[in-house]
Amino acid sequence: MKKLVVIGAGMASGRMLEELFDTAPGAYAVTLFNAEPRGNYNRIMLSPVLSGEKSYAEIVTHDDAWYAANAVTCRFGEAVTRIDRARKVVVGAQGEVPYDQLVIATGSAPFIIPVPGRDLPGVITYRDLDDTNAMIEASGKGGSAVVIGGGLLGLEAAAGLRLRGMEVTVLHLSGHLMERQLDEAAGFLLRRDLEHRGIKVMTKASTTAILGDDRVEAVLLEDGTTLPADLVVMAVGIRPETRLATDAGLEVARGIAIDAQMRTSDPDIFAVGECVDFNGQLFGLVAPLYDQAKVLAQTLLGAEAVFVPKELSTKLKVTGCDLFSAGDFAEGPNREDIVFRDPGRGVYKRLVIEDDAIIGAVMYGDTADSNWFFGQIRDGADISTLRDTLIFGPAFQGGAPVDPMAAVAALPPEAEICGCNGVCKGTIVAAINGGASDLAAVKAQTKASASCGTCTGLVEQVLASTLGDRFTRKAVQPVCGCTELTHEDLRRLIKSQSLKSMPAVWQAGAWKTPDGCHVCRPALNFYLLADWPLEYRDDLQSRFINERKHANIQKDGTFSVMPRMWGGITTPDELRAIADAADKFAVPTVKVTGGQRIDLLGVKSEDLPAIWADLNAAGMVSGHAYSKGLRTVKTCVGTDHCRFGTQDSTGLGIKLEKALWGSWTPHKVKLAVSGCPRNCAEATCKDVGIICVDSGFQIGVAGAAGMDLKETERLGQVETEEEAIALTIAFVQLYRENAKYLDRPYKWVAKVGLDWVKERVVDDLAERQRLIDAFAVSQSVYQKDPWAEHVRERSEQYKPVNLSGFAAE
Amino acid sequence: MTTWIDIGPLDAIPPRGARKVTTPLGCVAVFRTGADEVYALENRCPHKGGPLADGIVHGHAVTCPLHNWVFDFTTGEAQGADTGRVATYPARVEGGRVLLDAARLQARSQAA
Repeated sequence: MKKLVVIGAGMASGRMLEELFDTAPGAYAVTLFNAEPRGNYNRIMLSPVLSGEKSYAEIVTHDDAWYAANAVTCRFGEAVTRIDRARKVVVGAQGEVPYDQLVIATGSAPFIIPVPGRDLPGVITYRDLDDTNAMIEASGKGGSAVVIGGGLLGLEAAAGLRLRGMEVTVLHLSGHLMERQLDEAAGFLLRRDLEHRGIKVMTKASTTAILGDDRVEAVLLEDGTTLPADLVVMAVGIRPETRLATDAGLEVARGIAIDAQMRTSDPDIFAVGECVDFNGQLFGLVAPLYDQAKVLAQTLLGAEAVFVPKELSTKLKVTGCDLFSAGDFAEGPNREDIVFRDPGRGVYKRLVIEDDAIIGAVMYGDTADSNWFFGQIRDGADISTLRDTLIFGPAFQGGAPVDPMAAVAALPPEAEICGCNGVCKGTIVAAINGGASDLAAVKAQTKASASCGTCTGLVEQVLASTLGDRFTRKAVQPVCGCTELTHEDLRRLIKSQSLKSMPAVWQAGAWKTPDGCHVCRPALNFYLLADWPLEYRDDLQSRFINERKHANIQKDGTFSVMPRMWGGITTPDELRAIADAADKFAVPTVKVTGGQRIDLLGVKSEDLPAIWADLNAAGMVSGHAYSKGLRTVKTCVGTDHCRFGTQDSTGLGIKLEKALWGSWTPHKVKLAVSGCPRNCAEATCKDVGIICVDSGFQIGVAGAAGMDLKETERLGQVETEEEAIALTIAFVQLYRENAKYLDRPYKWVAKVGLDWVKERVVDDLAERQRLIDAFAVSQSVYQKDPWAEHVRERSEQYKPVNLSGFAAE
Repeated sequence: MTTWIDIGPLDAIPPRGARKVTTPLGCVAVFRTGADEVYALENRCPHKGGPLADGIVHGHAVTCPLHNWVFDFTTGEAQGADTGRVATYPARVEGGRVLLDAARLQARSQAA
C-alpha cells in the first residue's frame, strides 16, 4: 500500500480523505498530522460555539471512530518541523514518517497587525477551537472586549462575545462594515442591527497600540481615543500558512503555488485549502476548498480532474442578521442597479446588472431568494425579459406570485442547492427516491446542508416537492410564545452561559414576557434545578399544581394521595394506616394502581397536610405519583417465592427505588424488574426495565406503554446488582442533563440515538462515574419527603382564608 | 360604600402565587404577581370549574390547572382562543396587608 502523509486536519484535507476512502478504500495508508490536539471539525460553526448556540461535540466532523475505521494514523497535537524532500520523509516533533505522496493542508494563519502590545496576554485571534475557548473563558469574567476588524470573522466574534454578556466594541478601518462583501447601504443596516444588540461599532478606526502592563488593559486609536479592554480579538484577516513549503524549497507565491491538479512544484507533493495559491487567487470560503479536495482525491487515485474556481457568495452566521452577497457590486460605467428598500422592515436588496445579466447582488434583511439570484449570476442568465419584477425574486417571474414550492419544483436537476458541498438538486432527489425521507437522512447521504446549514430550508423544500404528502417537516418549535428559543437552545444557553436563575435566563434568552408563562416556567425550573442543583432554588410557583402540592389534582379540584410502597411491598401496619386515613378523611375512592400501590382519591386540598402527617406517622412517604420524576419500580416476587425466579428482583427493585426516589426528571420515569424472562413485572415497556437471567441482569431502556407502545432497547447486560444500579442511575442522570422537558426517555433516546447513550453510560467508565456523582449531588438536595416538609413548613398555604363569618346582609 | 376587609399579610401569599378565600357565597382566589400587585378573581374556571388559585401565575394572568385556560387579572376575561369570564373583585395592599372590598363581595351575592 502506498504511503500518504497529510499535514493539517482541517475541512479541506478532511473532505479529501472522505473522497479518497469512499472511492478507493485501502489505496493509501494515511498518516495525518495536526498541530491542534484534535481531528477535523466544522470550523465554520465556531461562531455558534462561541455564542453558546452549539457545543464542540456537535461540530465534530470526524471522530476517533472514523479515523480508526479508515486506519488513519493520527498524530494530533504534534507540529511538523520540516519536510525532507530528498529522503521523502516528514519530520514531526516525535519522529519521522516516510511518504510516497504528501499533502500540505496547513490552512491559514491570522494576520496580526504590527502594533505595540500585540503580544500582551488577553490579545487573541479567532481561528480555531482553542481561540474560541479562550474567548468563552475570558467572557465569563464579563468586562469589555474590543474586536479589531469588522469583516465576517470579527463580527461573528463580536456577536458571540456580546451574547456572552461582554461590552463589545468593533473597530473597523474602512468606512463601512464588511466592505468586501457589502455596499454602503447594506453595511449601514448591518451596523444598525449590531448596535441594536448593544455592540458598539467604530468605522475609520485605526489602531495605534494595545496598552497594558502585564495584560491587555486598553486599545489606543490613531485619533487619541482610548478604549478600555479586558479582551482584544484580532480579526483583521488571514494569510496562507506557507512556512513548511517555503522551508522545503517549494514554489510559493502568496500561497503555495499549485496547478489545476493541486500539485506543487514537487510532483509528489500536493497542497489543498486555504494555504494554496492558484493562478494568483487565494481561497477562504469552504465551497472552493471542497472542490479542491475532490480534485485532489481524484489526482491521488490517478484519475483526471481539473480545479476550476467558481463564483462565490457569502452569508454571515450571526443569528438575526440576514445578509447575502455575491459577485461584483462595484459601480461602473456600463452597470445599472435595481434597488429595493423597505426601511420599516430593514430590508435592502440591490442587483448590479451589466449586459442584461446580473453580475452582483447584495441583500440585507431578507435573503430568502438569494440562492436563485446566485444561480442567475453564476449562469450569466439573460434577465432582460424579467427585468420589471426581477428584484422580487423567482416567485414573481411570470406575472403572478406562485407557490415557493413551485420554484423549487421547477429547478433543473443540475441546480445547486448546497453551495458549501456542491450538492445539486438531482443528487438530493436521487437520495430521496432511494429512501432518504427526512432532512437528517438527506444530510447523511448527500452532505447537503451539512456544513453552514443555510440551505436547510431549500433542502426541506426539495424533500417536500419530491415526497409530496409523505413529507412531514420537523418544524423548529420555540418553547412557547415568550421566547424564540427551542428547548434545545434553552438547555445549551443555560449550560454555556452558566445561567442560574430565572431572571438571568429571561434576560439572556430575550423573553418577551415579564415572567414567562405556564409553558416555559415549569421547563425552565426543571432545567435550572437539574443543571445547578446546589446553586438554584426550586421555585414552587413555577411548578404545575401537582408538583406544587405534591398530590394529583382531579377533575373536581380535589386531590389524590399515594404513599410510596417500595418495590410494591407493603405491610399490615401500612395497610391499616392507609385504611384509617381513608376513614378519617372520608376518602371516596381507594384504588390499587398499575404501579403496585394504593391511591386515595378525592382528598380536599385543605386536608392534605393532615392526611400526610398520619401516613408519615406510619412510616410512609410521598409516592411522587404526581411528579415528573421517579414514579414506581414495579417488581415480581423473584427468587424469594417464585420457582422460576433467577435473581432477587424484588430486592433489586427496592434498592433502585431507594436510590432514585425524589429525583426530578424531564418527564415521569417508571421502572420495573422482572425475575426471569417470563417478565411478570412487564419490564420490557418501561423507561428502564431490568430482566433477571441466570448470568445476571439485562438492562433495557426507552420502552413505552402510554401514548405510544414500544419495547425497551438493550442498554447492556451486567453480572452484578451493583452494576445494574450504576447503569440505571447513569442513564437517568444523562436523561436529566440532556432531554427536553416533557420528553419521556424513549423520545429522547430516539433523538440522540441509543449508541450515543451507550457510549456515555456503558463504554466510557469515567463519564459513567461523573454521571453517578452528579446524580448524588442532586439527590443530596432533592431526596427528601416533600410531605413531611410541607406538613412542617407550609401547611398554612393549604388552608383557605376563611371569611365564612362575614355574612352577606 | 367601600368596606375593606383585611384578609392577612401579603407575605402569606408567595410571589407569583395565590391564596384561596372562602366566603359564604363561594371561593375567591387572591393572586400576588411577580411585581407584588394583588388581584382577586372568582376561584372557578367557567370551562370545567377548575380552581384558579391552584394555577400558575405569570404577568397579569393565571393559567387554570385543569385545561390551561388563561385569565387576565384586570378584566377576568379568558385569553386567546377561549371565551369566558370570571368575576373580578377590588383588592389592594396597604401596610403589608391584603384588603378585599366587602361591598363587592356582597354585591356578588345579590347578583348570584
